[in-house]
Order: sequence, then structure tokens, then C-alpha cells
Amino acid sequence: MSLATPLIVLAGNPNAGKSALFNALTGARQKIANYPGVTVERKSGHFQMSDGRPVELVDLPGSYSLDPTSPDEAVTRSVIQGVQEGERKPDAIIIVLDAANLDNHLRFALEIIALGRPVVVALNMVDLAERDGLTLDPAKLEEALGVPVVPTVAVRHRGLDELSAALAKRLDDKAPIKVPAFITEAGTGHERIQLAKKLANQTVISETAGRRWSERADALFLHPVAGPIILFALMFVMFQAVFAWSEAPIGWIEGATEWAAATVDANLPSGFIRDFIVEGAISGVGSVVVFLPQILILFLFILVLEASGYMTRAAFIMDRLMATAGLSGRSFIPLLSSFACAIPGIMAARSIADPKDRLTTILIAPLMTCSARLPVYAIIIGAFIPARDVGMGVGLQGLVLFALYLFGIVGAMVVAVVLRSTVAKGPNSGFLMEMPKYQVPHIRDILLGLWQRAWIFLRRAGTIIFAATVVLWLMLSFPKVPLDSPVSQVEYSAAGRIASVIEPVVAPIGFNHEITLALIPAMAAREVAVSALATTYAIDATDEEQEAKSLTERLQSRWSLPTALAFLAWFVFAPQCISTIAVTRRETNGWKWPSFMVAYLFVLAYIFAGITYWTAVALGL
Amino acid sequence: MNAPVKLAMTLDKLPMRKRAKISAIDWTSMSENEGAQIRNLGLEEGVEVEKLYQGMFGLHDPIALKVGRMMIAIRKLHASAISVDILA
Repeated sequence: MSLATPLIVLAGNPNAGKSALFNALTGARQKIANYPGVTVERKSGHFQMSDGRPVELVDLPGSYSLDPTSPDEAVTRSVIQGVQEGERKPDAIIIVLDAANLDNHLRFALEIIALGRPVVVALNMVDLAERDGLTLDPAKLEEALGVPVVPTVAVRHRGLDELSAALAKRLDDKAPIKVPAFITEAGTGHERIQLAKKLANQTVISETAGRRWSERADALFLHPVAGPIILFALMFVMFQAVFAWSEAPIGWIEGATEWAAATVDANLPSGFIRDFIVEGAISGVGSVVVFLPQILILFLFILVLEASGYMTRAAFIMDRLMATAGLSGRSFIPLLSSFACAIPGIMAARSIADPKDRLTTILIAPLMTCSARLPVYAIIIGAFIPARDVGMGVGLQGLVLFALYLFGIVGAMVVAVVLRSTVAKGPNSGFLMEMPKYQVPHIRDILLGLWQRAWIFLRRAGTIIFAATVVLWLMLSFPKVPLDSPVSQVEYSAAGRIASVIEPVVAPIGFNHEITLALIPAMAAREVAVSALATTYAIDATDEEQEAKSLTERLQSRWSLPTALAFLAWFVFAPQCISTIAVTRRETNGWKWPSFMVAYLFVLAYIFAGITYWTAVALGL
Repeated sequence: MNAPVKLAMTLDKLPMRKRAKISAIDWTSMSENEGAQIRNLGLEEGVEVEKLYQGMFGLHDPIALKVGRMMIAIRKLHASAISVDILA
């Protein structure tokens, strides 16, 4: 017996409830990494079997067969065969089956069982099968397959002890594994389909009509007229909620930031350390953590829509529209996530089987208006666009914000068309997808997903954004301007000198010295632009009265309207986010595509900021 | 007696809510990968399907099919490569 912790893998079709079972078994302590050299996620965790022995559990990507059609499925196959780089040979395989969809899911199970590896079958979601009017006989299936079959309901934590006990027994059984001959003989896909159907029919004892509310729900959600209306209404509610629900928590975070700054201010002697902590660290990180509520609200919607099964219907509805841009409905989910943040959006593009489709989706994801642009848009719109009612209760400020979102979406679609006929040229991809039954999302799984997103964001705020803010603060504060110099501190500082070099490039599109300054640290993250402008004007303030002015007032007194509009147009396109560039490099395995992305986005940003500025000046704004 | 005349019917032209049996799939019209995906979703000769929904905005693309206990989405392009016999 080996002393190492046994490695158990979860295998099964997509939508078999594998991840729910993984969450139920391992709890919140999960490790998410990538397999070496490929962009396939390795999700692992630990749990104790009923006899107290610890095991490592890995959730393999959902697959339909050992004949891979995507990089994800290729990893699943090599892990099961014990040849995947960066993974030990599994000590046992838990095959997860949807009890209500046996004729489809048993095919993959048969293929795995035929390998003669130690296997335990989790007959999952038996409650939903019963709801559908199916009566199953797990013992009969166990007898036929020659492997333990345990009924489970992962989301309700039912059957987990039995599964764990069956697993322990399987691990201890050292006798050679005998695979029933009829399973090894079903060598072709066709034979397995026939056999799966036969076994499924044997396992289902009786079938009554049941409550088919899932199908009735589709009659509404996939209705040719009501369907799209409901989808757009949902999107509308979602974006409204992002702003409406986040007001209070944003207030709390701002309050906490101010309190922290005041506390440090009161308790530390004035000097470099205090300025560094208050002006650099607290205000810098605080100005970014403020977006956590909005990001979490957006993800709450996305996670619930995904867990309920609605997201695949949204993809179905959007497919035809996406096809006009050379994409498919599958790109809808990654692009929707990108409204929260391009990083999870780009990672979600992994589910797109077609490589050209996936590349295009990754390259246009930064054009979706992510939440990091909101503070930039909000401060500029607040300062320069009058809060006027343009009729029917629609405010001009909101309208401008909406136009910026729309600008990004239309831009993305046009770019997609161009990419699909140039660098990502290829035959129009298909749209083949299973649409699972609707389910009531389980609160524990949603909270776990939210926690993972919040943690990723906070880690980013604590590292990249913190570092960028601190570096900018240092570069703006040093070298110190001599007391009798007519030059301001900002002009004299290291950052000011760098900005002077870049300024001639962006001056034609209306950008002034402070904008140039803010653009440099905002390369790390867009939202830094706001704190950078604030820091710049704060350090530059010559007297108390000036210092007391709000950022809005300072912007109004120093920027022209064309400059402000050009600045907005710039941020629709500019690829100002190190993390997005880094994740694109990881997801495309090299620097080629992130470099391309950065280049094309900067060119578009420059052109559109320029057009905006020149037009606005010509109109005499 | 003459054999009944069989009209060539493909999945994309199948009327809504009609059950049909797949008689042939033109695997040569698609890539190997697409063929594998179609097989993975349970579509092959002899399988019964029912057309449940079709795309929005009156464009009738894509199509939602019931295959066994599963509902799957497929584009017209692929559906036109699948010949079916309507079941009474």
C-alpha cells in the first residue's frame, strides 16, 4: 500500500453535477491551477473518507467521451489513462452520471469502465429524476456494470457517506479488476450508444409523466417573441442592480477607507511614512476595493443564471445575432462576464470548442465595458455632462454612460467581423450544445463561487494595484522640487518628466499633462486613472484652499469639454490593464496575441479619442 | 405494389413538434471534430428526435431538439446534413 494520499478523480459528462459533487465533498478549500503547458483548469481539493483517511480529489473537465473534441476533453482522457503531465495516475475514478439522462451519460461511463481501472459510479441528481417521474433501480445497474453504484444528490449532500464508503472499499480491494465481457466488446461509438440505451432501459423501472416544469419553462424562455424580451429585461435588471444595490456597500467601504486614513493620520508622526501610508497605500487601494460590491452583484447574477441552466438558453437566443459577427452563442457567456471584468470572461472562453472562435472572443473581451471603467466614466461624466433630463425621465448623464457601453459593444462586433476575415479566418463555426434541465441554484455553490471571485479581485487589489499606486506616489513625490523653484512638484517629479516625453504623442488628441501622467500608472489598471488624477492634483495643490477643492471641481477648471470627451473615448478602447494582458498571454500560450491585442486597442483608442476631440473642437463645444 | 414515395426531409426543414427518426447523416459535409461533437450529443442514424424550438427574430436558426431525455442546440447548417423520416 502506498503512503501517498490517494488521488481520486471525478469524471463525467458536462451537466452531470460533477462540480456540485466536488463542492459537496471538498468544501470551500479548493485549489485552482492550470495543467502545465495547456489552458485547462485543474481543480483540486481534499476530503476525508468515512474511515478518516484523507484523499485528494480532482474535478476533471466535463467530457462526452475519451475521443476528445477539445483541449479540456484531451486532458480528461490523459488523466484517466494516467499519462497527463503534472498528474499522478489516479487511484480511483468516480464517474458522475445524471440519473435522469442515463442513456446519454452511460456511454462515457462504459468507455471508462472498459479500461479496467478502479471505478465507483455516483448516480447523481436522483431527486430530479424522480421529479421527472422516473423510478430507478441502482442495484440492477450495479450488477450489470460490475462496479459499485451509489445514488447521490450532491447539492443536498445526500449519499455522500455511502459514496465515500464505497470509495474506501474500492481502494482497499486489491484483487484484479474483471470487466464484464459485453462492455469490452462494445468497442465502437455506435455499439456503446446501443448498449447505453439498453442498460438505461433496464435501470428505469417505471416512467410516469412527472412534473415537466422544465419543459414548460422553455415554452416561455425560448418563445420566439417572449424569449428575447425576457433576456433583455433580465440584462436590464442586472445592470440596474449593479448600480442600485451597490450604493450602500460602496458607502461602507468609503467610510472604512476614510476612517483608516484618519486613524493613521492621527496616530503617526507626520513625515514620509505617514504620507506613504495615507496618500499612497490606503487611498490607492481603497479607491479600487470600492468596486467590489458592483463586481459581486454582477457575478451573483451570472452565477445564478449559470447554475439555473438559463445561461445556455441565453446562448441559444443570442446565437443568430452572434453569427452575424462570425461568432456563436457560446461567446455570449464570456462576453457577458466581461462586463464585470475581462479576466473571468477570457477564462470562460475556454468552453468554446472552435479555436478561431475562442481567439476572437478573447481578443474582443476587453471591449466590453468592465467595472474598472465605471469610476473613470463616472467622474468625467459627473464633471462635464450636465445632469439634464432629456425627456421621459431619461437623464443625459445616464444616456452618455449607456452610449459608452453601446460604443464598446458595437466596436467589439465590428472588430470581430474584421478578425474573423483576417487573423482568425476560418469556416463559420457551429453551435452544438446541450441545454440542461432547469434547476434551483444551490445557495452554497453560489456563495462559494462569489467568494472565489471576491478573493481573486482582492488579491489583485492587494498586489498589482497596490504596487502601481505606491510606485506612482513615489515617482510623483520625488525628486522634491527646490523651495524657490517656479516649477510645480508634479512637473519636477520623475513621473512628470516621463509624462513630458510622452505628451507630444497624445497632445494632438487633446490630452493635457495631467492626463498623460495618469495614463502611465493606469496601464496597471484602468481605475487607477482616477486615483492618479486625484494624487496628481493633490500633490500639485499650492495652498489649502486649492487642496480643499474636489477632484470634480479641479477637472472642471482645468479640462476643456473636448478633452474630457476624448478621454472617455480613449477608455472605451485602451487596453489599460496588466492583468488582462497577463491572462491573455496565459490563455493563448505566448506573447503573440496579447501583443496584437494591446497594439490594435491602442490604435483604436488613439483614433477614436482623436476623432472625438477634433469633432468636438470643430463643433465649438 | 409501389413502394411509398419518400420525400427527402432534412432536420432543418422538419416541422415543429414532429417526431422523426434520423435516416442518414452526411458526415462528409462537416469536419471530424464537428462530427464527433454531433455524435457526443447522441445524434446518429436510427435515433429519434423531436424539434422543440427554433431561433429568435423569425430567423429559425438555431434549432432546439429533443434527443432521448436531452435537449440540444444545433445550427441549421448542421441540421441540413441530417436526413430524417417523419414518424406518424
